[in-house]
Amino acid sequence: MDKLRRYLTGLRVSQLLVLLLCLVMLTVVLIFPIFSLFSKAFLNKSGDFVGFANYIKYFDTPALSTSIINTIDISLWSTLFSMILGFGYAFALTRTRIKGKAFFKYTALIPIFIPTLVHALGLVYLFGKQGILTRAGLFPFELYGRLGIIISETIYTFPQAFLMFYVALEFADGRLYEAAESMGASHARVLFRVTFPEIKYTIVSAFFVCFTLAFTDFGAPKVIGGSFNVLATDVYKQVAGQFNFNMGAVVGTLLLIPAVASFTVDRLVNSKNSGTISARATQLTIKASTGRDVFFFTLCSLVTGFFLVLIIALAIGGLTENYPYNLAFTLDNFSFNRSVGGMGAYTNSLKMALATAIFGTIFVFVYAYMIEKTAGFTLLRRFGKLLSVLPLALPGMVIGIAFIFFFNSKTNPLNFVYGTMAILVIANILHYFSVPFLTASGCLKKLDREYESVSDSMNVPRWKMFIRVSVPLSLPAILEISMYFFVNAMVTVSAVVFLYSANFKIAAIAITHMEEAGDFGQAAAMSLLILLMNVGVRIAYEAAVRLIKRRTNHQEVTV
Amino acid sequence: MPMNDTSLFRNILRASVLALTLPLVFTMAACSSPSVDDTTGTADVDASASGEIVVYTALEDELVEEYLTDFSAQYPEITVNIVRESTGTITAKLLAEKDNPVADLVWGTAASSLLVLDDEGMLEPYEPVGVENILDKFKSTKAVPSWVGIDVWETAFVINTVELEKLGLTVDDIKTYDDLLKPELKGHIVMSNPSSSGTGLLTVTGLMQLKGKGTDAGWNYLDQLHENIDQYVHSGSKPAKMAGAGETIVGVSFGYAGIKQKRDGLPVEVVFPTEGSGWDLEANALMKKDAINPAAQTFLDWAISDSAMNMYKGNYPIITNGQGAKYDGFESDPVDQLIDNDLSWIAQNRESILENWNEKYDGKSAAR
Repeated sequence: MDKLRRYLTGLRVSQLLVLLLCLVMLTVVLIFPIFSLFSKAFLNKSGDFVGFANYIKYFDTPALSTSIINTIDISLWSTLFSMILGFGYAFALTRTRIKGKAFFKYTALIPIFIPTLVHALGLVYLFGKQGILTRAGLFPFELYGRLGIIISETIYTFPQAFLMFYVALEFADGRLYEAAESMGASHARVLFRVTFPEIKYTIVSAFFVCFTLAFTDFGAPKVIGGSFNVLATDVYKQVAGQFNFNMGAVVGTLLLIPAVASFTVDRLVNSKNSGTISARATQLTIKASTGRDVFFFTLCSLVTGFFLVLIIALAIGGLTENYPYNLAFTLDNFSFNRSVGGMGAYTNSLKMALATAIFGTIFVFVYAYMIEKTAGFTLLRRFGKLLSVLPLALPGMVIGIAFIFFFNSKTNPLNFVYGTMAILVIANILHYFSVPFLTASGCLKKLDREYESVSDSMNVPRWKMFIRVSVPLSLPAILEISMYFFVNAMVTVSAVVFLYSANFKIAAIAITHMEEAGDFGQAAAMSLLILLMNVGVRIAYEAAVRLIKRRTNHQEVTV
Repeated sequence: MPMNDTSLFRNILRASVLALTLPLVFTMAACSSPSVDDTTGTADVDASASGEIVVYTALEDELVEEYLTDFSAQYPEITVNIVRESTGTITAKLLAEKDNPVADLVWGTAASSLLVLDDEGMLEPYEPVGVENILDKFKSTKAVPSWVGIDVWETAFVINTVELEKLGLTVDDIKTYDDLLKPELKGHIVMSNPSSSGTGLLTVTGLMQLKGKGTDAGWNYLDQLHENIDQYVHSGSKPAKMAGAGETIVGVSFGYAGIKQKRDGLPVEVVFPTEGSGWDLEANALMKKDAINPAAQTFLDWAISDSAMNMYKGNYPIITNGQGAKYDGFESDPVDQLIDNDLSWIAQNRESILENWNEKYDGKSAAR
């Protein structure tokens, strides 16, 4: 009796409630809408159940095998490149003594500061048939097609890989390295026996994040892919070309395969993984090494240099009359058409991005906390984890169409959000949920579980513990997450293009309209404005982090 | 450590506080922006000349802006909320919203898309004022038409003259479809993909009809053309833009897309193939909704009025009342350029044509 009472009074009831609430919310915005679209994979056009007939028909099409192989091919190559570069870059910023770390950290994120469509524009300015480098004879390859997609996806996924490795490498237990050194281990041996095992979880996560992003991305294949077919262009052809939602749903379900696979692998890796930083860890001291620093400085400079060249190419496009035929300087490209929303679209984007950042961060962090730090409820938490990886695999178009089906339905009590800014915010939070979830759970994993057990045994309520300990300790990660939501909300197109209303136009969509209308200069100009805003926010973020770090260091000293 | 009853109470209280904050956060987001749906329920004297309407369109941004100035001058009391997207996106959005339509009407969107909406029973037949002036082949065949065309867009070659000269050819060398088969042009032609672009579809179906419906002649031609194609892209205007930017030499696109490049000062010429062009219409329709907004009908009346038509023909010379203009540098009546398009044949054969096309050309366009 006493036991039962303690069980009820204990934290479990309230924990279960919060956990359930998190799961219900994500289910409502993820599973319900997606089901309303994907269930069509088993229906024919008139809505009758046809079992797997649509799948059989799709697998009978000879183009399919090419699409699948093409998609895997470009995803693997771009994942490989972005992981190697991302790891090297993050290593340079965390484990070497190179100069200019703050600068390199900003420039690494350039690709996510501008819409993906714009990467492709920049690549065309550089490597297209009339590209600056092509004309200079420095790029004798065909950009359009496989090569263009791989370059574009590498650029697109690099910041994700970099950020994940950066967060993972930032924490290190200095004692391990000291021990390795005192035993005379070589650099390679330390790398393979200490560093890699330490970030094993991140390596696996980064692989799946990059792979899935490249696997489902539609922007690059559309603009620069030429006739190279991937699964995402197949979805587009079915949905926006032939208005066949049934077949679109068939391909959409195939795109989920990597995410489900990643969930399985994650379970296998995680069951053996207990990579927390113990409360006794010491700070890692970085030894001086000129050779190492020169190598990593060169690597960072090359990557950064490439991104800067991309921006310069865009600037040339944005500031000339008609590249390449009229190179006269002009500022006309900055006076935007009123019909695309003009500067109002820009402020709308800001509002939407702010709301996405605030609400998204709160939701993701609470969600990750409930998944990582709740004791028991294994099945529920596992389900929650599966839910958290699915959004990564959904192309924006699938989210957009699915949201229309679900939220616009007359019988849905949530119908009132349709046509408002809220649905854009929800779509963005969902679309970009997976990576912040990984960041948050990765960070929470590193916090010693002892905190929870101590607080439980001292009868300190979990929420107090969450606000007083977990949140402050995770502040850099929390800020990182809100940054991630903000910049992505500023640049995203694919989902919101189906959901924005006549009264609320946004800047990234204006860019696609300019590109569609052939106003490459205007598109480049608007992208530069978005880039400036994102860089500004990033600078504010870095200042905040530095402030926090100084304060926490101070506390550590005084306590 | 003994627990007391207040701790149970406190725990539940705290849990519920947290439980309430999260949904609240979402609700706040929901309320922070006005809803578009509050457009009905105007108790004005004349509901057809005031209120707010939602218009979906695929017309180009800059044209929407130009045309709407005229409407607003005539009906200052009607607020027009425009959602403008490419034909594919706007049609997919309309279809997805089928159970609870948001748009009051569709303006300047492909007739081939409106046929799909009509098949789904989503259009409300309406006879706009002056519909008798619209030629029969440019509007729905129903007694009360469910859609009415405003202008025509048609297959055109958009040619970059600067790059063409580098091949030793001039614009005069490219007049017909067969001219596209010249060996010099190998790898210098970009065309839109018929399975993702309406322009690609009308070009392919146009060719099929020109070369002989139901024969292999059309496919034979496409086989040869495929040898010269650099890439098939997922947009109707992109081939024209690529020609304008010198990324290709010949873009198989549509007339206005090339004319816009030329107006922007790019070195392109627009050529209409002498054999004729496949075509589609930009058309208007009233959406079937529980409550039809009379202001939407006012808009549809205006959208085929003389003042609107006169603006259309400045950009799309072939307008549906037959009073069109001429293309710059294109002497004959542009209506003669249009092939005798059999829309029902296209509707019936569309799927098999696309299947065949994908199998022949799309599946093979893999890595090189």
